[in-house]
Amino acid sequence: MGHSNPQIDSFREQILSAAKNKTPLSIEGGGTKSWYGNPNNYAKLNTCSYSGILEYQPEELVITACAGTPLKEIEAALKEKNQVLAFEPPHFGENATFGGAIAAGLAGPGRITVGNFRDFVLGARILDGKGQDLSFGGKVMKNVAGYDVSRLLPGSLGTLALLLEASVKVLPKPAATASLRCQISQEKALKVLNEWAGQPLPLSASCWIGSDKGGDGELTFRLAGAVAAVKAAMPLMSSLVNATELNSEAAEDFWNDLREQKIAAFSHLGIDQTLYRLALPAACGPISIPGASDEIVLEWHGQQRWIKASGDEATFQTIKALATSHGGHATRFRQGTNIDPSHQRFTLLSEQAHSKALEAVQERLRSAFDPAGVFATKRLP
Amino acid sequence: MMVMNMVTPPPDLAAISVLQSKLVRALRPILPEHALLWEPEDTIPYECDGLAAYRRMPLAVALPETEEQVAQILKICYAMEIPVVPRGSGTGLSGGAMPLAQGLVLSLAKLKKIISIDPFTRTAVVQPGVRNLAISEAVAHLGLYYAPDPSSQIACSIGGNVNENSGGVHCLKYGLTLHNVLRVRAILMNGEVVEFGGLAPDAPGLDLLAIMMGSEGMLAVVTEVTVKLVAKPKLARVIMASFDDIEKGGNAVAAIIAAGIIPAGLEMMDKATTRAVEEFVHAGYDLEAEAILLCESDGTPEEVAEEIERMTKVLEQAGATGIQISKDEAERLKFWSGRKNAFPAAGRLAADYYCMDGTIPRRHIATLLKRIQGMEKKYGLGCLNVFHAGDGNMHPLILFNGADQEEWHRAEEFGTEILEACVELGGTITGEHGVGIEKINSMCVQFGEGERESFWGVKSAFDPEKLLNPDKAIPTLSRCAEYGRMRISGGQLPHPELERF
Repeated sequence: MGHSNPQIDSFREQILSAAKNKTPLSIEGGGTKSWYGNPNNYAKLNTCSYSGILEYQPEELVITACAGTPLKEIEAALKEKNQVLAFEPPHFGENATFGGAIAAGLAGPGRITVGNFRDFVLGARILDGKGQDLSFGGKVMKNVAGYDVSRLLPGSLGTLALLLEASVKVLPKPAATASLRCQISQEKALKVLNEWAGQPLPLSASCWIGSDKGGDGELTFRLAGAVAAVKAAMPLMSSLVNATELNSEAAEDFWNDLREQKIAAFSHLGIDQTLYRLALPAACGPISIPGASDEIVLEWHGQQRWIKASGDEATFQTIKALATSHGGHATRFRQGTNIDPSHQRFTLLSEQAHSKALEAVQERLRSAFDPAGVFATKRLP
Repeated sequence: MMVMNMVTPPPDLAAISVLQSKLVRALRPILPEHALLWEPEDTIPYECDGLAAYRRMPLAVALPETEEQVAQILKICYAMEIPVVPRGSGTGLSGGAMPLAQGLVLSLAKLKKIISIDPFTRTAVVQPGVRNLAISEAVAHLGLYYAPDPSSQIACSIGGNVNENSGGVHCLKYGLTLHNVLRVRAILMNGEVVEFGGLAPDAPGLDLLAIMMGSEGMLAVVTEVTVKLVAKPKLARVIMASFDDIEKGGNAVAAIIAAGIIPAGLEMMDKATTRAVEEFVHAGYDLEAEAILLCESDGTPEEVAEEIERMTKVLEQAGATGIQISKDEAERLKFWSGRKNAFPAAGRLAADYYCMDGTIPRRHIATLLKRIQGMEKKYGLGCLNVFHAGDGNMHPLILFNGADQEEWHRAEEFGTEILEACVELGGTITGEHGVGIEKINSMCVQFGEGERESFWGVKSAFDPEKLLNPDKAIPTLSRCAEYGRMRISGGQLPHPELERF
């Protein structure tokens, strides 16, 4: 348990009064991802006032900061010491906060090699639904004392507790990176990327953009690691797919723009369209979505796919069924302005084989931390 | 190993015997004869796990051979309100698999099939009783391996690894079990089959797979695990560096990380350990060094050459008095042999040793080692210190004679003081061995009442009736209250003759 302060006292007051009035609170940071998840009209609890890096020891590979700290402030502090958040969380706006990034639990191109946000969370301080100030985990990498509650927070979209502070593992910036690009069919791209991933090669990220109706698309892949490793792998890999190297500035822009969904393939979402996110197992080959717009984006060696298609409920059901049949799941990620906001955005536990019984577990887990339903916004079902 | 009895209230033998017959009668129809044990001569091997100081005889031991049998056993025990203690290979070091006198031990040892291996997706599906090392052996011909490598990997099972979130020598670079498992299939106490995580990233809902990791058999019984496989590095080399001062050794660890290097392994031994193991393995260790660091690099030959050069420079600048780099695989294994044999070497020095498992921020390594030196004098017992220095996880081995009850109590006190120092230095009481029954009192020190209450909330979400391994890992309110009274009142501490401060 950390020391109290006026901000935390005010958060606690809001929580206790919400518990008393039985009106949930919608937790918000910089508001850059307010479009993500199921919407609600509940009163906001804004975390921006609780800001600042509390501890950063580069040689410990850990940074501890308040939830309201701007994500760019964290990344700037790390950059100074040549370290990074290796899973490259997207900002989706200038004002993205540390806490918001954790609550969203999203990760960028590096996720396929290094893991997601929960893999890097070491500890958290929270206020639960009773206003209790609780700390779980810690600042060390190996810690099995008590259940790993802090790792429940990434991706929980504010539906479990109010995150006050978190300790996150950081990594040194790779000594060398190189990005290469080639024209290749989706099928071949998926095959070669997964084959490379099973070899001792410094492959760190990939992105294929093209049509889901067949034909060649553009594959960009990134190598990262020791200088010698990248240098040795580059000719070997580029000759296999006839790829050419991007200059470092163009490469950096590309991966940043991909992470922030600023590349052309993401632009012009129609008012009746939805940008769907499909999460799929590595074994899943090319899949075709009826009625999808021509251009699709594959990341994480095909494990994350972005498809623009009609936003009506029937289309989402079709996409969900397709993803589920391959052992994956689908999300309505962004929606055009004409789409009914009340549609469920996520695949439900009950829609997956063998996770139906977990619905009750999850419900009990939430009420253990939040018996009065202060955080029960259903933003994450 | 030491033999000691826990102080427990005398069991009601008549009631236990009635309960035992009822349980055996209920389980017999669903299990083959050899898969259900209740005669004391058959169940005695299950009275403890790798922490032999804590023993208790169970009502019975079930050794199911199929997932269906596991589900049926759980349903029956659920209906009869009989607690169940799941058990893997029994190598745990915190008494997490210690039986309950009125409970069933559920051994998963017979579920030991590797169900499938897929080199394209770099995954393997295995049953919980499959040994950690057996996975890597089964996929070695594909150029792949399963990365987490706890020291007990030859014997420990993957189901146990999931329940302890096991690490190993290479977890600084390759992560813990948490980072290397994609999906867990398990059975809740009421017999329902569930799956946590999945082969696709970011499974729907809250991340329940994360909370299953390291849950010490208290949330669900694991029946199948899908693990991630990674490409086997082409080459590994290790640097052995000597330091004439523990502090310099500790600082060298921090300097390597600060230089932007994540070594494949980064281990430290103190002088007492070096001397003990050298006698045992003859690896050519520097016996005058106050600390020895082992720094491993793996990858392609080019990568390893580059990293070894960088690490050597950092170690020299940090004041290493001697540096040796392994020339070939044989020499690499020789350098490692001492570290890997620290436990058996400790066994040669004393009748028994008590292995601790705290973790501290790396920068406090030297501080803690110096404090432990003080504690050796205070308790009149020797201690060998081996460290997973890269991640701050330390394994002090307290030497004692278990035949002497008083000496065992002093060893326990010594251990508890080390753990409390770990918490005070910003660390934790257990890095990888788990709380089990052994460190349950120390949980009162590391966590407040609110956190402990939340842990019970998590437990109840999965197992509302609290029947699955219910006496482990989380202390009750009254237990902590009692422990607090004992710690505070000096007169009530065992061995008041000992100097405490």
